[in-house]
Amino acid sequence: MAEKDSDKNPESMTIIAFSGDLDKLWPTVILSSTAAANGMDVTVFFTFWGLFPLVKDDVRITGHDAMTKMLAGMNAPGMKKAKLSKMEMGGMGHWMMRKVAKKNNLLPPEDLFVMCQDMGVNMWPCQMTMDLLGIKPEQMIDGLGEPAGAATALARMSKSQINLFI
Amino acid sequence: MDDVNRTIDARGQKCPMPVLLVAKAAKEMQSGELVRLEATDGGARSDIPAWASQTGNEIVSSSESDGVLTFTIRKK
Repeated sequence: MAEKDSDKNPESMTIIAFSGDLDKLWPTVILSSTAAANGMDVTVFFTFWGLFPLVKDDVRITGHDAMTKMLAGMNAPGMKKAKLSKMEMGGMGHWMMRKVAKKNNLLPPEDLFVMCQDMGVNMWPCQMTMDLLGIKPEQMIDGLGEPAGAATALARMSKSQINLFI
Repeated sequence: MDDVNRTIDARGQKCPMPVLLVAKAAKEMQSGELVRLEATDGGARSDIPAWASQTGNEIVSSSESDGVLTFTIRKK
């Protein structure tokens, strides 16, 4: 193995993915996949708005009551529906950003996400946010880790050399 | 130096793909084997050496011509 030393005592990175915005998903999956390529042990903990991109693209709405459904309506679930954090301009923003990315051969976040999973990046959904927003495990994409809580995330962060909040 | 075991064409692909492709190849190769990477993403100029030093793989040679960066890397 190329990463013999790092296999023994891998450096580790933990990202708290708080935002579900397209332009924040990109750095999350780029840094995660690259860190995994560098032999690091990587975990991304998806919480609050960060959870919506983990919902399957064919799930139209999530939530267990009127208010949580409304929140899902305002934060379209699914990675392909993620909006820009700024200058979204009623849907134009993310559409233009994806066009520009494609023209420049930058892979979309959903493809880089699959690469992350192939390279062994752990994807942990936040249990509390799932309960809060009424997002069911069967509505989420495959290959995620067990839902976790703040203490689990912190225990990991205390052992990570790199901790990011995106 | 031409006896590379593998060649990766990452021309046209943006960050982080050159690194991901070379890391994937390295994983499948035997120790001591050589892989050649061709990339046009300017970031690769520093990213590939950074990846190599992080993972302990050795850059045997590197060159640049007509905007194409070529690295030959020996797997650890």
